[in-house]
Amino acid sequence: MIAHIKPSSGAHVGANISVSRIMRQVMLALLPATAFGLFCFGWPAINLFVITVLSAVVFEALCVRLRGRGVKPAIMDGSAVLTGWLLAMTLPPWAPWWIGVVGSGLAIILGKQVYGGLGQNLFNPAMLARVALLISFPIEMTTWANVSPLFFSHSPGWVESWHITFSGLENSDATTGATTLGFIKTEFSQNHLLPDILKDYSGFLNFIGWTRGSLGETSTLLLGLGGLWLIRQKIIQWQIPVSLLLTVALLAGVFHVMDNQHYVSPLLYLNSGAMMCVAFFIATDYVTSPNTPAGQLVFGAGCGLLIFVIRTWGAYPEGAGFAVLLMNSATPLIDHYIRPRIYGRDRKGKPLEIPKS
Amino acid sequence: MLSLFKKSRIRGGVHAEEHKAETATLPIASNFPLPKKLYIPLQQHVGKPAEPVIKVGEKVLKGQLLAHSQGLISAPVHAPSSGVILDVNDYPAPHPTALPIRTIVLETDGKEEWMAVHPVDDPFQLTPEDISLRVGAAGIVGLGGATFPTAVKLNMGRENHIDTLIINGAECEPYLSCDDRLMQERAEMIIDGVRLMLYGMETESAVVAIEDNKPQAFLAMQAAAESFAQINVIQIPTRYPMGWDRQLIRFVTGKEVPVGCRSSEIGVTIHNVGTAFAVHNAIRHGQPLLSRVITVAGGAVQRPTNIEVPFGTLISELFSFCGVNTENIARIIMGGPMMGDSLPHSGLPTVKATSGILALTQSELKNTEEQPCIRCAGCVSVCPAGLRPLDMANNIRINQLDTAVDLGLKDCISCGCCSYICPSNIPLVQYFKYASGEIVARQQAQHKSEQTKRLIDARNARMERIAQQQREDELARIAAKAERERLKAEQEALV
Ligand code: SF4
Ligand code: SF4
Repeated sequence: MIAHIKPSSGAHVGANISVSRIMRQVMLALLPATAFGLFCFGWPAINLFVITVLSAVVFEALCVRLRGRGVKPAIMDGSAVLTGWLLAMTLPPWAPWWIGVVGSGLAIILGKQVYGGLGQNLFNPAMLARVALLISFPIEMTTWANVSPLFFSHSPGWVESWHITFSGLENSDATTGATTLGFIKTEFSQNHLLPDILKDYSGFLNFIGWTRGSLGETSTLLLGLGGLWLIRQKIIQWQIPVSLLLTVALLAGVFHVMDNQHYVSPLLYLNSGAMMCVAFFIATDYVTSPNTPAGQLVFGAGCGLLIFVIRTWGAYPEGAGFAVLLMNSATPLIDHYIRPRIYGRDRKGKPLEIPKS
Repeated sequence: MLSLFKKSRIRGGVHAEEHKAETATLPIASNFPLPKKLYIPLQQHVGKPAEPVIKVGEKVLKGQLLAHSQGLISAPVHAPSSGVILDVNDYPAPHPTALPIRTIVLETDGKEEWMAVHPVDDPFQLTPEDISLRVGAAGIVGLGGATFPTAVKLNMGRENHIDTLIINGAECEPYLSCDDRLMQERAEMIIDGVRLMLYGMETESAVVAIEDNKPQAFLAMQAAAESFAQINVIQIPTRYPMGWDRQLIRFVTGKEVPVGCRSSEIGVTIHNVGTAFAVHNAIRHGQPLLSRVITVAGGAVQRPTNIEVPFGTLISELFSFCGVNTENIARIIMGGPMMGDSLPHSGLPTVKATSGILALTQSELKNTEEQPCIRCAGCVSVCPAGLRPLDMANNIRINQLDTAVDLGLKDCISCGCCSYICPSNIPLVQYFKYASGEIVARQQAQHKSEQTKRLIDARNARMERIAQQQREDELARIAAKAERERLKAEQEALV
């Protein structure tokens, strides 16, 4: 006879999957784009990345500690690292150290822990932090470093990078500029027309990510590939990215056809690392997106619509964060109204009629 | 194209690691030694327990009736071997709680002496009613695990004019291969059983559905069914829980069984391959259901295999036959790893419902460290019933059982897909079983308090009636007295 073992029902075996494994897979998918971003923007970007991720972990540990829960399992699930990582990717690469620390604090404390920790939050923590930073520190959050790759002669060296990170940029005009979208926006305000504005725009450089932008959000190619890999690995579903990108493309297409002097082509919208990052990595966050395929389609389309509206007519050209947050707040509503049909019942939950034969 | 269309008829489900090859390639072991004692529970089926007809000390023959069925939904129990009745008493049941139930203990004499049996040469001369009667008398119940009395189902089939009989050979649970082996080795007898069932239900055609991970069984069954145009053997995709009757019905017929209805109401009945084999035995050879094929497998089993086992055999005897290293056992499971129950120890008997006994090691088990739900929606997408397990679990956690019921708790079939997929190791099915049990308990409690209230009300009414009566009596008495006094006064006046 064998000693009594806690009786349990239900599946005794499980799929080879765990929270930490999911987080690791997402990080793996982010890795190429992040590495490329760190290479493009050099040592100051590396400093910022490390600081942001580390402070996210520290804040998480503090909060969990305050709640009197086990610190180690909470850190080991990898969610704090991922939150810090995603936030870092969306920051201007040469932002000062405190942007990373304040951002991580906002993301972990206000974005996640006040709601009760992992799985409870209404808003995407990284987006919440990014939007809060953008509103509070508009200068720091819109100072975009030129591409200045590691080990290139004109790029800041290791020592110089500490200076940038901790004392801020001097003479920023020489080393920074606007992103494509920001540039278009300013030019429009001076009544220039698109063909003129975009004469220096290179689709190819944007595609590979050799352009000004957020730390890890410049490369359409690498983020897109990472996202597709996540779908292949069944970590995320196709619904949100596809409906989001399609909606943006469709809207942009319609307006571009109507007036191509003022509305950029859908290709320019889609050929953007930031767009890929939002579609594949931000909007697909489990906690803050609906949990049925149909609900996800609606959510993605809503994000797409809002992104287009904000980017085209709003004050913040890089305002995808607002769109995601708005849709996050609609998630409980979507989940309430869009439910799967239960076997043997109709959509309203009434038992099916017995078919007459 | 058709297959593409049919794929969409499958909802949810998971593809678990199969672990079937170890046992599916070996013949059913025939050298299992007859146990010295058999512990035969009187309830091995859905419905009322059987009532013993033997006395302690009585000598019984193999196949002899030990306990007859009671009521409409019940099944008799027979002696799996010849020997002497040692005891009729409460013994632990093969259930997670191992709570005792009424059990007959039979000491076998090793002679395997059969009672007189009455084979039928041409069963198609019998009436269909007679087929059901014989199936009922043989103690046959659904051997796929539901253990619903088969005769009752045959009768329902006759009454409801079934147009399709589906024979479930899906065997979608991992590890189990007893149906697979049965189909490989005894295909002709199963097909004969199917013909008898069709005749007994007065149904035209049958579809035998086998998951496409069992090509040998499919070929054997196809060959056996070749000369019977009314029986169609098909392959179905391998995906747990394909063997869930309602999933299979939708896949095969395209019809969905409405909630609250039996499948016979939409003209479909489903039986398991093992049941078909038992029907063949009962009708052709006059033999009651005495044994079944059981898969013994799992990481702690040195020689995993399928064994034909007489009912009442203790699990520990199966373990010693298959070389189980008890040190390595982390959990004993009766049934498959998705829906089976864990058993507290191996001193429990095998019953009609036992399709498999698994001795799993720690490394095979799902991690039990529960983490917060990350709303990954994995559970929603795998649920074959179309439920949202995470929302049900959230409500159960805060004791909102009514909301959980509104979300579909009662439509959950405990298939285990959600628990299987959950990356946070949340024991969702356990939550649902707890909640269902709790709801029943509350309803009973409410029923009880309502009953008490009724009793109190009745008592109050009675008291009220008595008081009223007393008041009326009093009034009557006063009136009578007044009357008497009036009469008296009148008389006095007259005098
Ligand atoms: S156990 Fe219930 S809730 Fe879970 S997947 Fe199966 S039917 Fe759905
Ligand atoms: S599978 Fe588990 S973690 Fe994922 S949503 Fe369902 S309950 Fe939550």
